[in-house]
Amino acid sequence: MIGRIDQQFPGFNQRPETPPSAAFNPNSQLKIPDASKTQDWDPRTMLSNLSFLEDKIHQLQDLVHLIVGRRAEVVGRSNEFVPQQQQLITADLTSIIVQLISTAGSLLPSSKHSLPSVTPIVTQLGQLDGGLFPTGSGLNGFVPPHNGVSKVEDQSNQIDPTNVCGPEQNYSVEENESKDEEDADDGENLPPGSYEILQLEKEEILAPHTHFCVICGKGFKRDANLRMHMRGHGDEYKTPAALAKPHKESNSEPMLIKRYSCPYVGCKRNKDHKKFQPLKTILCVKNHYKRTHCYKSYTCSRCNTKKFSVLADLKTHEKHCGRDKWLCSCGTTFSRKDKLFGHIALFQGHSPAIPSDETKGLAGHSDRGEIDEAPNKVARLDFNFSSDTSIEGGIHNATNSKGSVDDPTGYFSPLNFDTCNFNGFREFSRNPFDDSESSFSFLISGSCKYPGKTGEEPGSNDLQR
Amino acid sequence: MNLLTKMKKPKQTHVPSTNYFDLLSEEIVFSILDFLDDNPLDKKSFSLVCKSFYTTESLHRRALKPLRSEHLTKILHRYPCITNLDLSLCPRIDDSSLTVISNVCKNMLRSIDLSRTKFFTHVGLSNLVLNCVNLVDIDLSNATELKDPAAAAIAEAKNLERLWLRRCKAITDIGIGCVAVGCKKLRLISLKWCLGIGDLGVGLIAVKCKEIRSLDLSYLPLYVKLWTEDLVTYAGLVITMPAVGLEITKNCLLPILELQYLEDLFLEGCFGIDDDSLAALKKGCKSLETLDMSSCQNVSHVGLSSLTSDTACLRQLILAYGSPVTLALADSLQKLSMLQSIKLDGCLVTCPGLKAIGNWCISLRELSLSKCLGVTDEGLSSLVTKHKDLRKLDVTCCRKITHVSIAHITNLCTSLTSLRMESCTLVSRESFVLIGQRCQCLEELDLTDNEIDDEGLKSISRCSKLSNLKLGICLNITDGGLAHIGLCCSQLIELDLYRSAGIMDTGILAIARGCPGLEMVNIAYCTEITDHSLMSLSRCSKLNTLETRGCPLITSLGLAAIAVGCKQLAKLDTKKCYNIDDAGMIPLAHFSQNLRQINLSYSSVTDVGLLSLASISCLQSMTILHLKGLTPSGLAAALLACVGLTKVKLQESFKSLLPRLLFEHLEARGCVFQWRDKVFQIIEMALRSTFYYLQAEVDPIFWKLQLEDVE
Repeated sequence: MIGRIDQQFPGFNQRPETPPSAAFNPNSQLKIPDASKTQDWDPRTMLSNLSFLEDKIHQLQDLVHLIVGRRAEVVGRSNEFVPQQQQLITADLTSIIVQLISTAGSLLPSSKHSLPSVTPIVTQLGQLDGGLFPTGSGLNGFVPPHNGVSKVEDQSNQIDPTNVCGPEQNYSVEENESKDEEDADDGENLPPGSYEILQLEKEEILAPHTHFCVICGKGFKRDANLRMHMRGHGDEYKTPAALAKPHKESNSEPMLIKRYSCPYVGCKRNKDHKKFQPLKTILCVKNHYKRTHCYKSYTCSRCNTKKFSVLADLKTHEKHCGRDKWLCSCGTTFSRKDKLFGHIALFQGHSPAIPSDETKGLAGHSDRGEIDEAPNKVARLDFNFSSDTSIEGGIHNATNSKGSVDDPTGYFSPLNFDTCNFNGFREFSRNPFDDSESSFSFLISGSCKYPGKTGEEPGSNDLQR
Repeated sequence: MNLLTKMKKPKQTHVPSTNYFDLLSEEIVFSILDFLDDNPLDKKSFSLVCKSFYTTESLHRRALKPLRSEHLTKILHRYPCITNLDLSLCPRIDDSSLTVISNVCKNMLRSIDLSRTKFFTHVGLSNLVLNCVNLVDIDLSNATELKDPAAAAIAEAKNLERLWLRRCKAITDIGIGCVAVGCKKLRLISLKWCLGIGDLGVGLIAVKCKEIRSLDLSYLPLYVKLWTEDLVTYAGLVITMPAVGLEITKNCLLPILELQYLEDLFLEGCFGIDDDSLAALKKGCKSLETLDMSSCQNVSHVGLSSLTSDTACLRQLILAYGSPVTLALADSLQKLSMLQSIKLDGCLVTCPGLKAIGNWCISLRELSLSKCLGVTDEGLSSLVTKHKDLRKLDVTCCRKITHVSIAHITNLCTSLTSLRMESCTLVSRESFVLIGQRCQCLEELDLTDNEIDDEGLKSISRCSKLSNLKLGICLNITDGGLAHIGLCCSQLIELDLYRSAGIMDTGILAIARGCPGLEMVNIAYCTEITDHSLMSLSRCSKLNTLETRGCPLITSLGLAAIAVGCKQLAKLDTKKCYNIDDAGMIPLAHFSQNLRQINLSYSSVTDVGLLSLASISCLQSMTILHLKGLTPSGLAAALLACVGLTKVKLQESFKSLLPRLLFEHLEARGCVFQWRDKVFQIIEMALRSTFYYLQAEVDPIFWKLQLEDVE
């Protein structure tokens, strides 16, 4: 369900517009794809936007229908899914509203505003893929292999003491990948005092947007996007001066470097911490705060175990969740096998974990403790079950073949084989713990019991004791 | 032992109170029992003498090789001190069998062989490993169905030292990774043909199991590449990245060569290994004693010299089917001061290469040039000049060598114990006289397809230690020559006379008289041989393998004599013995209780004979093609009655004549069927009374001529 809606998000970012005119801003240093997409109000665009919105609302309608239907089915269990469903719908509705406003905004009379900006353009570029609407651009798609190595180390020495919000210790590689963003300045070693420390309050950090359009009120996470948006409000916003970063153009005197502090007291990223490590950008602050000090409210709908506080993290995770998942006994997952093996080679006692659907009752790894006890029991139960049934099958057939010794013609009649085998089949198809792999072997074990009994009944009965 | 049984019984009835064996301590009886290893029936007779003998024997036995899994509980309770359990003869071992074993044997069990058995899963293995914590050896070879969960179950065997996983194709890096982490004490691991395991799994074994002595990685899909350059192509993009760190994860050879105790390394058929990767390693393995790099076609002397650079104690080097044996290769191996054995089978050999090997400072004990192209008199003669201590020499199919080479070899290498020279067709008759005159230490001699005659045999009969003699397709020998062998070579164990047409009953009689220890005899297509030969061979009580293919004069009478006399008979091939019928099967069924494998194709055996074989409890393999008298129902009865069958070769036609469920049932029991649909040619032709065709099939000279035509 989520996946389907995911795919619709890019549609908003990449609104169906006429091809970009490269000649428009030849000296612009902006490299965001949207930068070149600018033009006057176009009724055709409006129409396509509106029809897109219509589709979108229909889809949402379907979704709500589906939820209503499902809720009727599972009355008892519905509670746990309620927040997720609400989230889903809210997210969808919000995006529809935003799109509606922005469509409408292009019709409004325009006015000029100076745009306050704090984030340097370079980080904006980096933030593109961490944003609310991942565009699936090449930036996000490729992860250089060497990243992983540093990530593993990262995990080993970065035991975050402030990780109080989530009881689970399920780091995923995906999560770490985005963590790099905030840790990137670790090696920077700016001398204290050489930079200005800003500390945003919790409310500020958790506010959905920081940049608001003064004309239409639309909120943006990035100033650059706001400036892009402003172009729709009139020609005066389309000048290179208005599109360029305000600071670098207007202020020629060097600004003091800005670094950010986390408002959470005791956090390493808090300015009062002994080994304070500042955060580079506001986005870093936001992601850091959400990841480490907030409840992880987004649960992966595929695995139902992984939780995230940043939506983008969830989406990155969902891209990989369930497929190509290399799992370690410690619970860490890897997107690549060599990363898993590197991890195992590095740590004592860690070993590759076999996906649960493959093991189904494998005697567990001690590392995982109680969680594995349950499947273990299932396995034993399973096993007993099979031997029980084989007794029946065995005795049944023993009589069968005994009878046939006297009657050589009956011995070879296919009917006899039919009854034996079908008996075995039926027994095992009833197995409640059945899965595709083991049911096959049980089937054989059942169907084979009987031939051995032709004369050796006591011996094989011993087996069952 | 049977004597003892007979003596003991009356004694006990007369004087029941005094048993002199009670005076002997258990240890002494145990050490007596240690000598009863030759025939398994001896121990059985011993245990049947009386209750105390029974108990003693039960306590004495350490190793068990049961035939069926049904009686495991009883057997294991009878023998409480079993440490080694070989289940390779059981056609079916399922999880319940393994659970029984694990519950009864518990801590006693140290070694278990599950190769060739099927049907058990990771659940059974897990039970076994959890209950038998002292397991040191596990052989899971050929368990092609086992997947990673099974390997993970094995990983719980913390005391495991030796693990064989040959042909476990479904196990992947993940599974072997679990083993690497769990079994820290591993000393030997064989992963031959484990096609699911690659660099990562192997690398992890080398990183985690530091005790490894022997590592078999033959035919693994390893892609040993070094990331020497900074440019790495990833998903079509070329990116610059540091190569540091990648080397360790990508190249599994590096951690292997760092293993401190590694002695044996088998890399046969690892096509991914090449000179570049080996040379880039710049590293050898110090402790290595045996190195097998057969069929590594991408490794030449460059990679080899890199790999053996630090290797001071290498004793055995196997380079079969590899790069050509040139001067460069020979020179690169010159430094190996401890080298004793080198195998170059199937390589292209140059004369300078052989000469350079001849110039090595060391003296080789073992040299194999089997099927090497380019071995000439000049090369071979100069090679042996330095290596006078040669014990084993294999020049099979070196077709260019002549009397000159043999003269040199026999002159210099007088302590040869094994000489294999099949199909050295240019070697003249006189050479074999030299072999007998000069190399009298010979124990193994393969003269298959050579020009040897009776004079040669007479000379060779001087090799009194001869135990293995192969005279197949030697068309010049007759009974006269063979009689000399029978007179002098009393230690003979194996004799191969395949298609040596000149041999008749008197020759075999001489052999049977003079060589009581014979275990294997092949008289296939010696068309003149009759029942008399079999009767004389029946006095060889240790005979376990007999092949009499295509001896049309042999009848059931001769076979009966063998059955009565040779109780150890395990393999019997009577294909195309048209005169063998049910009358031969009945004594066989009665006396040959050790028979495991039988080929009755083209014989006159019918339903009755086949069914009677069911009383042989250890019969496992049966080839029954083109039996005229065999009906579908008779076949079904026989197949059902022979409970231990694991392999049956059958005519394709029976597949449709019998219910599919029967075959499914038998397969579930552990039997594999091989279907053949060859035309019933020989008999058909014979029936058409075309003597010519029969002649073509059985007459060796005619057969050889045909062979040469094909060539």
